[in-house]
Amino acid sequence: MGQTEFEPWNDPQAKPLIQFRGVTKRFGDFTAIDNQSFDIFEQEFFALLGPSGCGKTTMMRMLAGFETPTEGTILLGGQDIAPIPPNRRAVNMMFQSYALFPHLTVWENIAFGLKRDRLDKESIKARVAEMLKLTRLEQFASRKPHQISGGQRQRVALARSLAKAPKLLLLDEPLGALDAKLRQDTQFELMDIQEKTGTTFVIVTHDQEEAMTVASRVAVMDHGRIVQADTPARIYEQPNSVYVADFIGEVTIIDGTATPEGDGYEITHAEGLPPLFVKTDKSFARGQACHLAIRPEKVAISAEKPDGRRNMLRGRILDIAYLGNISTYLVELPNGKIVKAQTANTRRLANRPFTWEDEVWLSWSDTAAVLLEG
Amino acid sequence: MRRAILILVPYLWLLALFLVPFLIVLKISLSDAELSIPPYTPKLDLTAGWAGIKEFLAGLDFENFEFLTTDDLYWKAYLSSLQIAVISTVMSLLVGYPIAYGMANAPDHWRPTLMMLVILPFWTSFLIRVYSWMGILSTEGYLNQLLIGMGLISEPLTILNTNTAVYIGIVYTYLPFMILPVYSALERMDASLLEAAEDLGCSRITAFWLVTVPLSRNGIIAGCFLVFIPAIGEFVIPSLLGGSRTLMIGKVLWEEFFNNRDWPVASTVAVILLLILIIPIILFQRNEQKQREAEG
Repeated sequence: MGQTEFEPWNDPQAKPLIQFRGVTKRFGDFTAIDNQSFDIFEQEFFALLGPSGCGKTTMMRMLAGFETPTEGTILLGGQDIAPIPPNRRAVNMMFQSYALFPHLTVWENIAFGLKRDRLDKESIKARVAEMLKLTRLEQFASRKPHQISGGQRQRVALARSLAKAPKLLLLDEPLGALDAKLRQDTQFELMDIQEKTGTTFVIVTHDQEEAMTVASRVAVMDHGRIVQADTPARIYEQPNSVYVADFIGEVTIIDGTATPEGDGYEITHAEGLPPLFVKTDKSFARGQACHLAIRPEKVAISAEKPDGRRNMLRGRILDIAYLGNISTYLVELPNGKIVKAQTANTRRLANRPFTWEDEVWLSWSDTAAVLLEG
Repeated sequence: MRRAILILVPYLWLLALFLVPFLIVLKISLSDAELSIPPYTPKLDLTAGWAGIKEFLAGLDFENFEFLTTDDLYWKAYLSSLQIAVISTVMSLLVGYPIAYGMANAPDHWRPTLMMLVILPFWTSFLIRVYSWMGILSTEGYLNQLLIGMGLISEPLTILNTNTAVYIGIVYTYLPFMILPVYSALERMDASLLEAAEDLGCSRITAFWLVTVPLSRNGIIAGCFLVFIPAIGEFVIPSLLGGSRTLMIGKVLWEEFFNNRDWPVASTVAVILLLILIIPIILFQRNEQKQREAEG
């Protein structure tokens, strides 16, 4: 049973929930956000991904209302939110530190926002019960935050921020304080809750795996700019810059010059080595400097010279990183360049065909690599 | 064994410097005044042996405690001290809380300086600081000169030798004891809690009452006790800044000891004051313990 793809960003008719229009934010001389325009659509799970100091948190704090843009406007449902203080925005935030009120019980924490809306007691009770059920916290309602575990605290924070049924939920590094195993479970739980409630989520994270897992679209940020905003698959397979290719996952970048050849380009990258070939729709001038980005899992490694591949390089195994399910080989080319190749360890380790210092062939298909401008 | 010694040290300290003096005072309060050195009877005569101890115990009675109930000076002094201590504590809180709040919200590099400014007065003798308030508050003092100079008043205000001067003195002296615990409570507070409160629909003011105040509660309680307990027995400030009508138990105590040389009655006054203070001291200890439990 096929589901219709959820891709409002490709639909010119779709009305975005949030629109950034030329938004700039400066702190003194420092430009945290540099003239950014982009849209976030209803029911999206939008991830802002980048290293610390890239401006992703500032972006989120502007949405929450704790910072105001220096220039430009942010529209929520078509309305400029600049004059609306944080306590009147239909936006709630889940804080990185969770910011649970230590003097209140789990129940009171979740009810906190509802009470501010002056709802009657019965509807508050019903809503809190609903939230406790959603986050599986029923037994902990009367505990104080210091009496529950980290994972439970994280769920209280989520329940509290969802209780007011915001149009937009902001999550600031929501899983940062959890250990790896719990984090994975929680990622799926988060997606589940997002789907159940139909709320638009914007998540800030520096963990690319987390962003790729949960988000419908990922915006990779660097120095106050969104470098690329796209689906996780496209971000990974078709990065638009060396920065994105390098930030997401592992990659080998080979610098060279392009020469048009058939439906792609031949890349001259080192003297004495055969040129590489890439099929691409992008156009490059003859002799233009370019970068070839190739993911390690797309590089095949073999002892014998492979047949029928245009991209073939001979090298020596410098190092092997054994990760259990996969192994990453660092292969040194004759010119000193190191290329990463990854293989799934489908056979037991003792049967591994290669070892350190072995001479091997690396090869990949014409479409495996991505050609990026210099 | 080493643990036993470690525990023994504070207990010996308390025994020698608190319990023994208290027992001596208690004993004197049960004695009768006499013109001699020391000015009370009975005195313990150990040379007489068992008979001496028996005679000594027979000489002790609760006469002085009964005497205190017959003269309304004493209970009025206790009540008046209580009133002055309560009002001073409330005023210290009203003045100290905003100062502590300002300190806790000041930029990081300012905080050590501000803290220093709060503690700085302790480097000068307490007596000199109270004396200097006499210079400020007297009829010809700086305050009156300033107010007359600014044209706000034409006749000098009488502040010195009134209860107002006592309040000013107590609040001034004990303010750091209010500021420091409140500051330490506020400083530990996570700033994102206030943002969370705002995010959930609080105005800044409601966030203050619903988050900041409850979270600084233990600091407020500690500060109030630290001001209230010494203020109730205060003697120097009322005798220097207060008037003849300022009635405080510390002053009564001093007069009994040094003017009347009635050590037994003075000791009785002290013992009752201690009994009154035991209640807030126990409450204070319980608050501290509860806080430790909540943190631990």
